[in-house]
Amino acid sequence: MAYNIIDVAQPARSDRAERPRLLSDAAGDRLFHVVVACAAYFVLLALGAAALSMAWGGKLAFQTFGWRFFYGTEWDPVARRFAAFVPIYGTLVTSLIAMIIAIPVSLGIAVFLTEVCPRWARGTVGTAIELLAGIPSIIYGMWGLFTFVPFMSAHVQPWMIDHLGPLPLIGALFDGAPMGIGMLTAGIILGIMVIPFITAVMRDVFSVVPPTLKESAYALGCTKWEVVKYIVVPYTRTAVLGGIFLGLGRALGETMAVTSVLGNARTPSLSLMEPGNPIAAAIANEFTDADSDPYLSSLIALGFVLFVVTFIALAAAKLMLQRIARQKGE
Amino acid sequence: MTKRMGIAAAAFGAVLFAVASVANAADITGAGSTFVYPILSKWSADYNQQTGDKLNYQSIGSGGGIAQIKAATVDFGASDMPMKPEELKDLGMGQFPLVIGGVVPVVNIEGVKPGEIKFTGPILADIYLGKIVNWNDPAIAKLNPDLKLPDGKITVVHRSDGSGTTFNWVNYLSKVSDEWKGKVGEGTSVSWPAGVGGKGNEGVAAYVNRIANSIGYVEYAYVLQNKMTYGAVQNKAGKFVKPDNESFQAAAASADWTKAQDFYLVMTDAPGDKAYPVTATVFIIMYKQPKDAARSSAAFKFFKWSLEKGQKQATELDYVPLPDTLAKQIETYWSTEFKS
Repeated sequence: MAYNIIDVAQPARSDRAERPRLLSDAAGDRLFHVVVACAAYFVLLALGAAALSMAWGGKLAFQTFGWRFFYGTEWDPVARRFAAFVPIYGTLVTSLIAMIIAIPVSLGIAVFLTEVCPRWARGTVGTAIELLAGIPSIIYGMWGLFTFVPFMSAHVQPWMIDHLGPLPLIGALFDGAPMGIGMLTAGIILGIMVIPFITAVMRDVFSVVPPTLKESAYALGCTKWEVVKYIVVPYTRTAVLGGIFLGLGRALGETMAVTSVLGNARTPSLSLMEPGNPIAAAIANEFTDADSDPYLSSLIALGFVLFVVTFIALAAAKLMLQRIARQKGE
Repeated sequence: MTKRMGIAAAAFGAVLFAVASVANAADITGAGSTFVYPILSKWSADYNQQTGDKLNYQSIGSGGGIAQIKAATVDFGASDMPMKPEELKDLGMGQFPLVIGGVVPVVNIEGVKPGEIKFTGPILADIYLGKIVNWNDPAIAKLNPDLKLPDGKITVVHRSDGSGTTFNWVNYLSKVSDEWKGKVGEGTSVSWPAGVGGKGNEGVAAYVNRIANSIGYVEYAYVLQNKMTYGAVQNKAGKFVKPDNESFQAAAASADWTKAQDFYLVMTDAPGDKAYPVTATVFIIMYKQPKDAARSSAAFKFFKWSLEKGQKQATELDYVPLPDTLAKQIETYWSTEFKS
């Protein structure tokens, strides 16, 4: 229903005067076609080449350890036995926590900026968010370690361990010593880091929602919240999800900030209070000193696993989107 | 247009290449141990002033240093972990020690001051194995009757990256604890039974300083720079020794270098009365028949200079100079093994 309005607003194509195609025009068109196609295929080629070379480099690890590489928990450079479950778990859990924090906050910021905020403040706050996206991740890591970790360890984690730890089922997630570092802390910092990325995309797409749509809704007596819920978000849903993917991709691949506050432990643990070891940080930490072939190959295989995990996460999000679209009957 | 750009790019590349090879011709290149980096950069600055020769050292870690010298991309590799004589022989390489340092246990316990807490090797091994989990453990209390240790869960901090510091630490734990040797073993990176990992000495130091009731191990220089609470460790002779220049040198002196082929000797658990038990050496590894003999001999000139004239700077930066007997032995080794 939304699209009809726009179509009417655009000038009809037949209004333009016809003009005979020149031969040089056709050649130019073809050249243009080739150039843009090259740009697009280059991405595919680079992606494929990266995946293939990582799979090739990790061949030895996959051959030696088989499927166990994906579900085993050992990581023993001395005995040269490697398995990737702990890093995979660490990556997924920290990214999940990050998204749980970042999505609602980003949505709130974007709605505020486009719908509520006075016009004069929009530019300033918007620029500030874009600048936030430019802060190097090591800065977040240092801030996390020196400021946020002591705060978590003194105020947040003791409370969680005392009050949430004894609960059945979810209690296992809050078990441990209040060290400050750990999956929860890392997830929160990751969340803060990806907020600017998601917000920037959301703000840009929210601001191009046709005013006629919103004004019609207001005219029907909708509140601001109803306008956002029924007009703005459905209209921009695909782009919003694109922004979330961008943030998720960043969270999955983040290295420096996470390695500072996550504790890089290879012992498996369910608890959010305990340290973990995400894939990207494991590679960064250990690559220079990987002194045996299985070790090096396992690290490259980890890179391939991260690639696959990212792909699966994005594919799952896309499927979810299609499902929602079908439910809405669009 | 594209053709012209291609030519320009080629020319630019040629210029870059020329500049790079001119710079390379005179420079001595090395890579490896991060532990030795501060003293090597100090030495290379002084050496450059005196002789005009430059040293380009990349502190990429001991394992990386060994890999680089094997690939012959550098003139020397530096490693905290010695290479085995057989392996050196196969590859046509030689190695010798350059400076000495120590790996020190550091703790963060409220009320405990530097040097107050005492450890034995087996207790350190049990803490790192996750068997001793609380500071009020009777084994620790018995060793430290004067200290009031809290009822607090111990957080073990180790290195998350591969490291020569780790190698010396776990090598010591393997020597004093059979259980450690069997379950974990030794290497620049091991499968830690417990604890959290910090990246680099600075990472471990930061974690120990942030986390209450934690224990970690760092190079001696980091203990001094960060004013950390270090512990004394019982040595092979049964004495509790604090880490300092004197006890490191005592360890180096008590180690029997004369019998060690290619200086293949890890100094941990040294027998001397005053010897600190986790004393470590940085080894320089070089080809005996290098591809570029001129640069290799420039490197030797540099090491000779640093052994003879550079030891004062070493002490200033909290490294321990090699004992005189050992220095002489190294110069003999050079003249017999590296004939070129």
